[in-house]
Formats: sequence, C-alpha cells, structure tokens
Amino acid sequence: MSALAAPPSKRLLKGNEAICLGAVAAGCRHYYGYPITPQNDIPEYMAAHLPALGGTFLQAESEVATINMMLGTSASGKRVMTSSSGPGISLMQEGLSYMAGSELPAVIVNISRSGPGLGGIAPSQGDYFQAVKGGGHGGYRLIVLAPHSVQEMYALTMLAFDLADKYRTPAMILGDAIVGQMKEPFVASPYDPASTVEKPWALTGCAGRERLNVKSLHLKDNEIEVHNWRLHEKYERIRKDETRAEPYMLDGATIAIVAFGTAARVGKTAIQWARKEGIAAGMLRPITLFPFPRREVFELARKVDVLLVIEMNTGQMVEDVRQSTPLHDRIAFLGKPCAMPTPEEILERIRLLAGRKV
Amino acid sequence: MSAPPGKARFSKAVYARPRSLVDVKSHFCPGCHHGTIHKIVAECIDRYGLREKTIGVACVGCSVFLYDYIDVDVVESPHGRAPAVATGVKRAQPDKFVFTYQGDGDLAAIGTSEIIHAANRGENLSVIFVNNTTYGMTGGQMAPTTMLGQKTSTTPYGRDFRGDGYPIRMAELLAGLEGTAYSARVAVSTPAQIRKSKEAVRKAFEMQINGMGLSIVEFLSTCPTNWGMKPLDAQKRVLGEMSEYFPLGVFKERVQADFA
Ligand SMILES: Cc1ncc(C[n+]2csc(CCOP(=O)(O)OP(=O)(O)O)c2C)c(N)n1
Ligand code: SF4
Ligand SMILES: [Mg+2]
Repeated sequence: MSALAAPPSKRLLKGNEAICLGAVAAGCRHYYGYPITPQNDIPEYMAAHLPALGGTFLQAESEVATINMMLGTSASGKRVMTSSSGPGISLMQEGLSYMAGSELPAVIVNISRSGPGLGGIAPSQGDYFQAVKGGGHGGYRLIVLAPHSVQEMYALTMLAFDLADKYRTPAMILGDAIVGQMKEPFVASPYDPASTVEKPWALTGCAGRERLNVKSLHLKDNEIEVHNWRLHEKYERIRKDETRAEPYMLDGATIAIVAFGTAARVGKTAIQWARKEGIAAGMLRPITLFPFPRREVFELARKVDVLLVIEMNTGQMVEDVRQSTPLHDRIAFLGKPCAMPTPEEILERIRLLAGRKV
Repeated sequence: MSAPPGKARFSKAVYARPRSLVDVKSHFCPGCHHGTIHKIVAECIDRYGLREKTIGVACVGCSVFLYDYIDVDVVESPHGRAPAVATGVKRAQPDKFVFTYQGDGDLAAIGTSEIIHAANRGENLSVIFVNNTTYGMTGGQMAPTTMLGQKTSTTPYGRDFRGDGYPIRMAELLAGLEGTAYSARVAVSTPAQIRKSKEAVRKAFEMQINGMGLSIVEFLSTCPTNWGMKPLDAQKRVLGEMSEYFPLGVFKERVQADFA
C-alpha cells in the first residue's frame, strides 16, 4: 500500500521519508533532483509516489539544471522541491540567487554531508554559513529551518512551503545524515490549507490580463538599489515575525547549550544526565537558523553563567551567538567537525563548565 | 471632392504589426538581426493564436529584453539555463506554449548541458537559437560558434583550432538526438530567407502544438557592432562565409508516424 494512503496514526518512519510526506501533504507535486548520498531516499520516494498523484518527478542532468527547473515551475505558481547535499547544494547557488532576486518560492532540502570538496558522507553541520549567509552572489537570505527529529522533518517541510510562498523566497531545510536516516515514531498531522496564498504573479499566459515578467535584472535608473532595499525590508520582516527556537529545560539553568539539528538532539540527552547529577543545564535550540533567534540568545546570555555552543563543525553558528550578545566571556564552544558528538563528551564538558571534577 | 480613383485599393491593409510584438523603439544596434527574429517569433505566435497561453524564457545576452518586445509572459533565466527553466514551466503547465530564445554563447557554451538534455528528454518545447558567432552583450568575445580565423576581443589573432577548438554546429548536433523533433538552420539576410525562416519557426511551433518533442531553429544572425562591420557588410558575411560553414537547411523533422 502506498505510504500516502491513510497513514496509520503512529509508526516508525525515516527522517528523509518524513520530508517527502510533509511535502506531499503541503501540496508539492513537482520534484527535481540529482542523486547524492545521503539523501537518495527522497528522490526515490518522490519517483515512486508523485506520478500517481498527477505530479512530476524528474531526475535532472545536474543540480544546476535542477534548480533552474525549479525556477520555471515556481514561476508557474506551483510548489516545488528538491533535495541534495554538499556538492549539489553548491551547484544550486547561482539559481538560488536568481530565485531570491526574482522572488520565487521553493523548498530546498540539504541533507548535509562533510566537506569541503567531496569531503565525505559523514553527518556534518559544515554548511551553516552557506545556508544562512547567502551562499550565492548578490546579498540575499534563505529562510533556513533546522529539524532535529523525524516529526520535525515533516512539520518543518510543510512550514517551509508556507513561509516560502508567504515571503516569495526560497526556503531551505538544513538537515544532516543522522536526522535524514534515523527512524522514529511518527504521527502525520494534517496540513492546514489556510496557510496557502494566492500567486497573482505566476506566469500562466496573459489571458485576460497584461503580460507579466519574472526577472532579476534591473538596469533602469536606481531600480536595483530600490529592489535591494525592498528585499532587505522583507528579510527584516522575516526576522521579526518568523524566528523560532525551542527552550528546553531552561528553568533555573546556569549552563545553556545552544545547538541545532542532530547536535541539539544529542545535547538533550546530556542535559538529562547532567540534571540527574544536580547540574542545572538546559538548551536553547534554534529552529530557524535564518532568522537566527538573536533576542532569545541575548536574553538567555544575561541569565546563565555559560552558553555552550555545540556544532558538528569547527565553529559557524557560534559567530551568530557572539553577534547576539555582548557577553562573550560566557560563550564556550564544543565542535565536532564531521562527526556526531556523544552525550558522554557533552556531559564531560558540562561538568567541566560547572566546575565539577571529571 | 471625391476620392481619387484607386484610393480604396491603396488603403487596403497589406501589413500590420504582429499583435504579439510590442510597439516600442528597438534598442538593438543598427543592422542587428535580433529585432527581425523577434518579429518572426511574434508573427508565428499570432498565427497559432498562442499569445495568451505562451510563456517565453529569456536568456542572458543581448536578447534578455525579450519581455520588452514580445507581448507574452516571460521568465528570465540564468545564463545558459533556459532549457531547464522551460522544462520546469512546461512540466508545471503542459497545456501552455513554451519557448526559449537563446544566443550562441548562452546555448552552445555555458548551456550545452541543459539544451542537450532537454532535447534528449524530448521536452515539448521550442528553442529559438540566435547564432551571431560572438558574445554580443559582453563586448564581442569568442563564442563556441566563432569562425576559424575570426578576430574577436579574446581571439585577437583570430580563432585557431589549435587551442580554441572549432565552431560548433548545434543544429546538426541536436538533430542527432532521439528526443529532438525538429532542427533547422535559417538566415534572415534576404526576403526569401525571411520567408523560409518563418516556415521553419512555424514547423517548430507545430511540433510543440502536436506534442512531438523539442524543436529548435538556429538563426544565423549579425552583430555588426562587435564584428566591426557596416550592416550591409554584415549581411554579406552571413550570406558568404557563415552560410558556408553553417549550412542552411532542415536536419531533422519528425513525422507523426515515427513518433506514435
Ligand atoms: C554565469 C554567467 N557568466 C557570464 C555572464 C556574462 N554574460 C552575459 S551575456 C554573455 C554572453 C552572451 O552571448 P550570446 O549568448 O552569444 O548572446 P548575444 O549577446 O550575442 O546575443 C555573457 C558571457 C553571465 N551573465 N552569467
Ligand atoms: S551588440 Fe551585437 S547582438 Fe547585441 S544588439 Fe548590438 S548588434 Fe545586436
Ligand atoms: Mg551571440
């Protein structure tokens, strides 16, 4: 039976499959992609299920073609998704810049792997900068969502479509090999169609109206300057209204982990262990990486003794944490490039920071 | 006073601007063929009543301003990616008419992967390909179609196959792919050629209307500005050495029977 037909209330599901279910629930019927480990379950699922739903699965000749097919489908007013990893996401950067400039929504899933270069297929959070700081040319932002569970892979994919459409901008799901491959109990919550928006800008042929363009070139007068300020204003609105972070066991916490995705997942276990030892540990987990929860970090830094930033890289998000608070001497960092930190090593660091003997 | 005899005869409309061509002053250089080709495209859109169901894909090059001239919905593509963008449009709206308009740098250099795979998939699209043997917009650098010996700003001593390779014949190359429905090369340097080229674009559009796969019409075009030629000399170059190396003709024409 198709995984889509009448989902059982609770079952075990892989993170990558949850993304597919979320996309389909949100009305995405167009998927373009190119194979790369560790996300191949996503195109394979879409290839199996989209045709029966009247949709399109197309294995493109490259990720360059992929992102441009997405541009065309998005300009047609349809929801569209791709998934890839490191090298493939790099090839999409030009197209992402064009889509941001042309104000076209789309959902790009990065089940990230290790880099730079061909790197490896080990889970990594080394693509943080690329995802949240622009990646392509010209100065733009992607909305970046970081799921840390199978359930969230599903929910945040639906949210990514809604936010992308609402703000007419590409949104990225930044996952990694662990959240992509792990299986967890999962419940398919229904998609709320109230979040879908009209797309009067879509190119559907000019029947009964003036012709429309979707473009990013602006040569006249100071059009491009005006366009940049307009985009900036949009990104500021996104910062103001769409920042999401999960506070976890922060009541009375003196040591607060700041981590996203798989690192946050492991951090939660370490926090539970630390609490059992009487150490008041907790966590602030950014769910949106852009917009980054600056205010939440700012306020948290004033309350705790230490912010322990944990990343599966040598230190990227920690720069945003530093930018969010002037209390830099409270920031500690634990980095594990291209590897998952264990709860034991996190606990050890927590004990150290709490002044306990290890 | 009564009208002079014959007035009625002379006031008969024998020519009108195509409905799909916007009535604006052209920004193209004198003697440039982009404008002529735009007009042919607009006429063929009108002929099949496609204006209100057309989505054009503009590429990066001198023709990027397609949307200022052709009165249809147009999406702008990154350099070379128009066939991928068009694929995305057509897959989302299979009932619409979709065409790309691409230069030779765009289609035959940076965009070879996209055009070859769109053709190979038999995407039901039409491609207008404008070969002026140079990169017009960026100031006349070597294109993959630049003729051997041709001086450009990046082949100051003339294109030499040792190192620069040979001019690519795209219409022939694409004709070799199963998914290509129609491939032709035309020119617009004489009235007879213009008539023929219109026929080719009509054929190309009919291929898409009939769901036959990818159709491409390669236009031999001029760039007097970057060739450093007067418009008339540029016409002569097209009729002479360019047509010799890039022969005009139809290289593939699918018929219903071999497709069904
Ligand atoms: C990725 C990228 N590289 C380079 C350019 C610069 N560029 C703009 S147009 C062009 C060449 C256009 O030549 P052609 O396609 O032959 O069109 P023409 O202007 O001759 O009609 C180039 C290289 C670009 N816009 N994008
Ligand atoms: S630069 Fe060349 S291709 Fe561009 S408008 Fe002028 S003549 Fe035409
Ligand atoms: Mg050219």
